[in-house]
Order: sequence, then C-alpha cells, then structure tokens
Amino acid sequence: MASCSVEDVLTKAERDEAEKLKGITVNKELDLEFDPGNLLAFDKNRIDTREFKDNKREDFLRSLARDNTQLLINEVWKLPTERVEEIIVAKLPDPTTSLPREKPAPKPKPPTKWEQFAKLKGIQKKKKTNLVWDEVHKEWRRRWGYKRAKDDTKEWLIEVPENADPSEDQFAKRNKAKKERVAKNEYNRLKNIARAQKIKVPGMGLAPTPRQSKAELAQAVNVAKISTASVGKFQDNLPKEKTPKNTGKKRKFQPLIGDFSSEKQKQLDLLKVMDSKKPRLDITKAVNKQMREEDRDSAQKSKKGFGKKGRRGNMSGKGKGKAGGKGKAKKGKGQKPHMKQGKR
Amino acid sequence: MRPLTDEETKTMFEKLSKYIGENIKLLIDRPDGTYCFRLHNDRVYYMSEKILKLATNISRDKLVSVGTCFGKFTKTQKFRLHITALDFLAPYAKFKVWVKPGSEQSFLYGNHIMKSGLGRITENTAQYQGVVVYSMADVPLGFGVAAKTTQECRKVDPMSIVVFHQADIGEYIRSEDTLT
Repeated sequence: MASCSVEDVLTKAERDEAEKLKGITVNKELDLEFDPGNLLAFDKNRIDTREFKDNKREDFLRSLARDNTQLLINEVWKLPTERVEEIIVAKLPDPTTSLPREKPAPKPKPPTKWEQFAKLKGIQKKKKTNLVWDEVHKEWRRRWGYKRAKDDTKEWLIEVPENADPSEDQFAKRNKAKKERVAKNEYNRLKNIARAQKIKVPGMGLAPTPRQSKAELAQAVNVAKISTASVGKFQDNLPKEKTPKNTGKKRKFQPLIGDFSSEKQKQLDLLKVMDSKKPRLDITKAVNKQMREEDRDSAQKSKKGFGKKGRRGNMSGKGKGKAGGKGKAKKGKGQKPHMKQGKR
Repeated sequence: MRPLTDEETKTMFEKLSKYIGENIKLLIDRPDGTYCFRLHNDRVYYMSEKILKLATNISRDKLVSVGTCFGKFTKTQKFRLHITALDFLAPYAKFKVWVKPGSEQSFLYGNHIMKSGLGRITENTAQYQGVVVYSMADVPLGFGVAAKTTQECRKVDPMSIVVFHQADIGEYIRSEDTLT
C-alpha cells in the first residue's frame, strides 16, 4: 500500500515536472532572434494558414503570442540579475536594433557669406592651436577670449602716434574700436541667420509685414512722420491726430535738487486749480438739510401722536434711509459730474 | 530719489486734501524752512531741503528712507497714505472723530469703528470724508473714512460701522518691517 502510494506520488511528481517544463519550453522550427535591450523578439516561423483561417483564429493568435512571450522571458532570465530593494531586476544590455528617426533629418544650412567666398577662392580651414605662448606674461594663454594672449584693451601704456591729436584718449579709442568690431560681427551674424531663414531684413526702418496690426500701422505712421530732413518737426498733424510724445524714449524727470521756490509755486498753482475744479458741497448740505427737516417733522408728529411715536420714529428712519439711499444711488457712475463729490 | 511728476503730485494732493482740505498749503509753504516731497522706491517722503541735500550722498540701493514717509504709490499709481504721515496731518485735520476708551483698543488692532465706540464727531462731516481719529484724551490714533454723515450717525443703530479704518498707530508694531 505504501509502495503503491510512493510510486503514485513519484509518477505524479514526474508528470507535474513534465507539465511545468512543457509550460516553459516551446518548440519552434526556427529559433527566434532576440534583442533584449529593446525587449524585442523576431519570430520568422511560417504561420499555418489553415489554423489562421479557422474560427479558432483568436486562440491561435493567443497561443502564438504566449509562446513567443515565454521565449522572450526565458531570454530575459538569462541576463545577469541584481537585487534592487528586494526585487530581482535583470540588467538589460544595449539595444542592437536601430530604431527609425522620430523627426525628419535636419536640412543643411545655407552657407554664410564667408563660406561662399572661401569656396569660391578655394581657402581651406586651417586648424589652429587653442593656446598661444604669451611672452609678456610668460605663460600659455588662449588665442581669443577671456585672459587672451595679446589683449589690446588691457595695455597700460599706449604711445600716441605722431599724426594723432595729443588730447585724444587713446584708451577710449581702442575700446570704442573693439566695441565697433564686436557690433559689426554681431550684425553680420544676424544677417547670415536672416538669409538662412529667408527673413526679410530692411536696410533701415521697419521690416515689411504682410498683414499689419493697428499698433504696427501706428508705428509705421510715426516712423514715416519723422523721416524728413528736420526729423518731423514741421509736419502738420491730421485733424484729429495727436503728436506722439516720447515714443520709446526714457522718461525725463525734474532734477532732484531743482529750484525749490519754483517747485513750491508749481504745487501751489496745482492746488489752486484743484480747488477751483472742486464743486461746493451741494449734495451733502442738501441731504443734511433734508434730514433735519424730516427730524423736525417726526419730532412734531411724535409730540402729537403719543402712542404711535415708535412707529413714526421707525418710519421716519426708513424714510431717511430711502432718501439717503436714493441720494447715494445717484452718486453712482458719472451721472452728473458734481455728484461725484460725495463719494470721496 | 526723484521729484514727483505732475500726475503723481495731483494724485497725492487729492488724497491729502481728503484729510486736511486746503491746509496742504501749510505743508508746502512752511515758514520755518523749505520742505519738499521726493519719491524713492515708489514711496513718497517729506523732508526738509537740508536732509535732502545730505541724502544725495547715499546711493540709491543703499538708501532706505529719508525724512518721513507719507505713503506709497501702488502698481496702478494709486496713492496709499501710511500712518507715518499722522504727525503732519493730525494738526491740520478738518474732520475729526473721537473714539471712546473702550473701543480704542479695537481700532488700534485694525478694526473699523462702530457707532457704539463713537465718542464725538465734527459737525457736517460728509459721507466718505477722510477723518483723523483721536482718543478722548486728544491723542491722534490714526486715519479713517467716515462711513456715514454726522446726521446719519445720530440715527443709525449702535452696531453699524461709522468710520472705516485706514491706518492706526498700532501698525507701528504690526507692520514694523513694511513701514519705512
């Protein structure tokens, strides 16, 4: 009995093992090609068209997918593993299949003016060393840039040439020349870019635009106006046109310590103008007068009607509230200019 | 630092005249020296010309404050009056409000004044008129805006607000870092 059961157990174990292996092992005519870096598997086996045509198409596809995925996972298990936070992780190698481009290839840039000229003349680019020996500082320094070998602008002594004005600042002259060279270089660089991208750059003034906005038209009008010999000083305005004041110029303020008396006078004049513009207190006086009258009325009525005093008092209060409210409502948005007085 | 432009001067004078009316003349034209307004970092400072000349020796980024700050211009060029102007505006105030000792504390904490806390109010105060708030001992406590006219104040119920709080001397402690 025991032996039977032992035999049974053994055969059962064997059968289980076989089944497990069956699950893992997959038989294919041709081996798959693997790219574990991309987790990719190529299956070049022929597909049985009969199985595909049957109604069991879904099952066929599912079993095919399962088999191929099993082979891929087997391949992944063959890779070296490491443990990351109690999870076994496989280290993927570099991908072997090259993926196609995501974006189109960049177009070659059109050659710059110098490049065109160099091609024409057959000038080759000469490779130059980065560092140059500086005799003055007795060390290797860059050819150009920060702390370069022969820096013109950092000389402490400049001889004044014979034909130059003795009161001319030679240092400033050198600095200005450098600035001009830098500006010219930058200008040429931008022109190259504009030519490459086919952007229209005007020689002077505004760039031509196909559809101009209101602001651009206004700007064009202003530029046209000042494009005269006297910079637009004698150009008349159109009937309803206003002269633009200080377009794009810095604001100018009065000097910090100017003429104190004139400043005082200007402020006093401003005050006088403000006073004259202020209307006299019509509204509040009128409202107050009205309220006083109503007070008097209510007081008289309360003397007569002893019992109804409270109610009258309330009514008069409400009446005043309403009158006041009406008065206030009128002080709303710009009904009449002098009414704005109350809402300070 | 720079002097105020015409628009800025106008905005500022309008605000000041709400509190002191025509007495601004006395601030501009003083018998005891020439005083002027200058703008620095959007704040308006009132100083004598002596102090101004001394302040020109300090660079702009290192200068914190000159004279007394009257207020500042907000981003949209509105003028906001600060409590530091109280000493100059209190003696020239046209409309005053006295507050009872009980609700003095409440006003100094930044609350509005209710009818129950109102001690006295000058006659003929218009609505939304700028007022200077005093304690019963005639100590200036701050600025406010009258929510009701004097007449209305008499009739309204004790729990309604009569003066809106604008600035009080408690701000010297509350907003110590923002006052200059």
